Amino acid sequence: MTTYIIRRILISIPVLLGVTVLNFFIVQLAPGSPADLYLDPNASPDYKERVEAALGLDQPIIVQYLNWLGQLLRGDLGLSYVSRAPVADVIGARIGPTLLLMGASLVVAYAIAVPVGILAARRKGTWADYTVVGGAFFGVSVPNFFLGLGLIYIFSLQLGWLPTGNMVTIGGGGGGLWDGLSHLILPVIVLSTAIAGNMVRYVRSSMVDALSEDYIRTAHAKGLAPGVVTRKHALRNALIPLVTVLTVDLAGLLGGAVVTEQIFQWPGLGMLTIQAISSRDYSVLMGVNLIAALAVFGANLLADIVYAVVDPRIEYS
Amino acid sequence: MSAATTRTAAAARSAAARAVAASLGREESYLRSVVRRFFKHRLAGIGLVVFVAMILVAVLAPLIAPHDPNQIFDEFQAAPSSAHLLGTDPVGRDVLSRLVFGTRVSITVSVGAVSVYVVIGVCLGLAAGYYGKVVDAVLMRVADVFMSFPYFMVILILVAVIGPSLLNITLAIGLLGWPVISRLVRGSVLSIKNQDYVKAGVSLGYSTPKILFQHILPNALSPIIVNATFGIANAIILESGLSFLGLGVRPPAASWGNMLSDAQSITVMTSQPWLWLPPGIAIFVTVLAINFVGDGLRDALESRETKSHR
Amino acid sequence: MSATELTTRKARERAGVPDGQPLLSVQDLTLHYPIRGGIVSRQTGTVRAVDGVSFDVFPGETLGIVGESGCGKSTTGRAIIRLENPTSGAVVFEGRDLAGLNTRELRRVRLDLQMVFQDPYSSLNPQKRIGDLLAEPLLAHRRASRKVAGERVTEMLDRVGLSAQFKGRYPHELSGGQRQRVGIARALMLDPTLLVLDEPVSALDVSIQAQVLNLLRDLQTELGLTYVFISHGLGAVRYISDRIVVMYLGKVMEVATTADLFAGPRHPYTETLLDAYPAPNPHQRGRERIVVEGDVPNAAKPPSGCVFHTRCPFAREKCRTEEPRLTGGAQGGSHAFACHFPLGEAA
Repeated sequence: MTTYIIRRILISIPVLLGVTVLNFFIVQLAPGSPADLYLDPNASPDYKERVEAALGLDQPIIVQYLNWLGQLLRGDLGLSYVSRAPVADVIGARIGPTLLLMGASLVVAYAIAVPVGILAARRKGTWADYTVVGGAFFGVSVPNFFLGLGLIYIFSLQLGWLPTGNMVTIGGGGGGLWDGLSHLILPVIVLSTAIAGNMVRYVRSSMVDALSEDYIRTAHAKGLAPGVVTRKHALRNALIPLVTVLTVDLAGLLGGAVVTEQIFQWPGLGMLTIQAISSRDYSVLMGVNLIAALAVFGANLLADIVYAVVDPRIEYS
Repeated sequence: MSAATTRTAAAARSAAARAVAASLGREESYLRSVVRRFFKHRLAGIGLVVFVAMILVAVLAPLIAPHDPNQIFDEFQAAPSSAHLLGTDPVGRDVLSRLVFGTRVSITVSVGAVSVYVVIGVCLGLAAGYYGKVVDAVLMRVADVFMSFPYFMVILILVAVIGPSLLNITLAIGLLGWPVISRLVRGSVLSIKNQDYVKAGVSLGYSTPKILFQHILPNALSPIIVNATFGIANAIILESGLSFLGLGVRPPAASWGNMLSDAQSITVMTSQPWLWLPPGIAIFVTVLAINFVGDGLRDALESRETKSHR
Repeated sequence: MSATELTTRKARERAGVPDGQPLLSVQDLTLHYPIRGGIVSRQTGTVRAVDGVSFDVFPGETLGIVGESGCGKSTTGRAIIRLENPTSGAVVFEGRDLAGLNTRELRRVRLDLQMVFQDPYSSLNPQKRIGDLLAEPLLAHRRASRKVAGERVTEMLDRVGLSAQFKGRYPHELSGGQRQRVGIARALMLDPTLLVLDEPVSALDVSIQAQVLNLLRDLQTELGLTYVFISHGLGAVRYISDRIVVMYLGKVMEVATTADLFAGPRHPYTETLLDAYPAPNPHQRGRERIVVEGDVPNAAKPPSGCVFHTRCPFAREKCRTEEPRLTGGAQGGSHAFACHFPLGEAA
């Protein structure tokens, strides 16, 4: 198994390199020269050339990539085109709120989806099952921005129970625990709905499959209580694949965070992305894209390793 | 009627259908059994009707829409009335007409983008699965690279960089979406290429493209069709999400996403619900319908019964 | 002139092979699969699926290859028609070594070599109608127009005992026996001279097996075909084969005419196979049987010396150290075996 894990890590090295290449070249697709962003539109062509040379933009694209990669390896993501602050600092300041939002959403989604999915599988074909499946369809089909607007409309504007956005009440002096929590509730609902919907369907179908296996019938036949059968025999086999689904969810959460943060004015990476897009701050965009990709990449790698440890059926040759 | 009796009735119906088929001396064809299983799901049937209706609306938009979607009327932000069934927007355009034309954007982008990535994914998946070895290793690593980027975020950034337009959104979704399909196809090819009918094709001297596209691909279609169906639903959400963020279809062209985007202000939300509810509901209903279709297709194409059939 | 002689002559004329020459000659065929492992997929071992196999097949005859599963008989069959590339050794067909041919030549020659597969359920593309499956080889090689191909399909269906109605059906609508007839018909569409039959009846009901075997026999006489018939069951092989090759762990143990082999096997392994096969004559049942114990050894780690020594009741020290070569016994070249202490000789 150690061999398998080492192999898996070695295989992922070219993938990691590929991630940096793709990240670099997506931004190269931008029309015009990045120097334009530094310059007055009326700057002389001569001056523009000098700026480009100073930024290394006159070199072949491969050299530019290697320079960028070299900086990256030293932990240097470059400077923001707009604020001139190091991109790493800009991202560092925004990563906390996003992690809080994503973490909370993930916990909520799983806490709801796993028991509900199991319930639906055990009561397959009853009204409880239909309700759960219907709810799951709603979850995967409702666009997050529409759900967000709807929730703001109902809970903030009509009922006035919860704030419409931000992380804390502005001018509220930082607020207490409830203040923070109340700002978190709606974004978390929005962000967790889609993944919970997906997860419910996944848990349900994998549990239905597990419950129809021969070893489950054997367990029933030897007189075990139905609860014990579900817990001890079916659950473990049905839930191991969730490890892999988790990484897919992570990618979904990162994407969903952009829209959710924008709606709720949540000061995280998603909002930073939108701001960077509107100010054409490509170095920040590149940094955010890279961090997001590295997170998914790392999660994939970790999931494969965990999977190998948990599932005894995988062969390592 | 309880669930149990429903199931018994359904079982009796399908048994009867099979008995009729048997009495005719022929088993029902594969296609027919798929269709039968698909329509056994009532919701899948309804979903299909809605989806087909949406396509018709998209095609026939100029005939269905009561007004030109860009025509500006005197009354702006008008509440629904007999003249404007869904009212008018802040510029004074007819909301219903814009909604109808928005269908075009959603359907074009989603079907277009999914077609692009299905073609790419199928070709690369066939190559990876059939040739194996280095080709497979390289292609799958490239797929890993693409799958490392969070889908929505990378599409957003790509569109922001190359500039938002209908074509660019379609291309962005299409060029970034192929890895899932190629993995699916690769997996099917790996199991199908060891089937004796493929080996028979090799020994009968058929060319590799013939074997790939005529013998392997038709037997690998089911998961592709199911995945592409869910992909269309997903692409509709992606497009409207991009337009909502102002990175999709550019105004004045109407898209469900940018119609919602205009409705973000608190005044609009509280006092003019006709501006943001209809496009949101349109997206939701369309996506839901397509998801039902996808679910029905999955059951019909990938069930054990039809599998044992082949 | 007997039916067999007629078949031989017909087959010889069709393939253009001179008198007394084999149609197919397998020479020292070896097929090794690498076992890969470790972090960088180094080759850590070799499965010797086929290890130095040689035999000739003469025009118009049926050569049976028998052995337990995993003995390399199917791999040998697939290597003959180049579904697998041999590691070394030669397959000489109609006087030409297939290994020396370029891709285009190989493709043309290979059409004369066709295969009938074991599993009639997986050997027919489920998405195509029978008529299309059978017409496809003719159309793909531009040997006939669509119309002519249709007529040829009808003819061929008739030849294998199916009516033209089957043209419009899908494989899943056919029984196993009917499907196998289609598989045979497809292999014959390009007028091959040699058919490799890979356990063609093993997946069928016993009652159907005899029908299909008879069909194969009739087709052989009518069309002047040469067969390589691979099977793990002695019954079918005995019924259809003129000569039999016995394989074990990738090697040939014994080669003899069917009559000789059943009358007096020389290799202890052959004897165990015969003993496992129920005797058709109840009076012979009293005979003492040789029973082998243990499992077939792993082909990645074949035993030293004679590969059969781990299970042979007569094994001695020499068998453990020295590998016996395939040599003719007292009767001369027609009956060959690879054993230091063959049966029927005073030890």
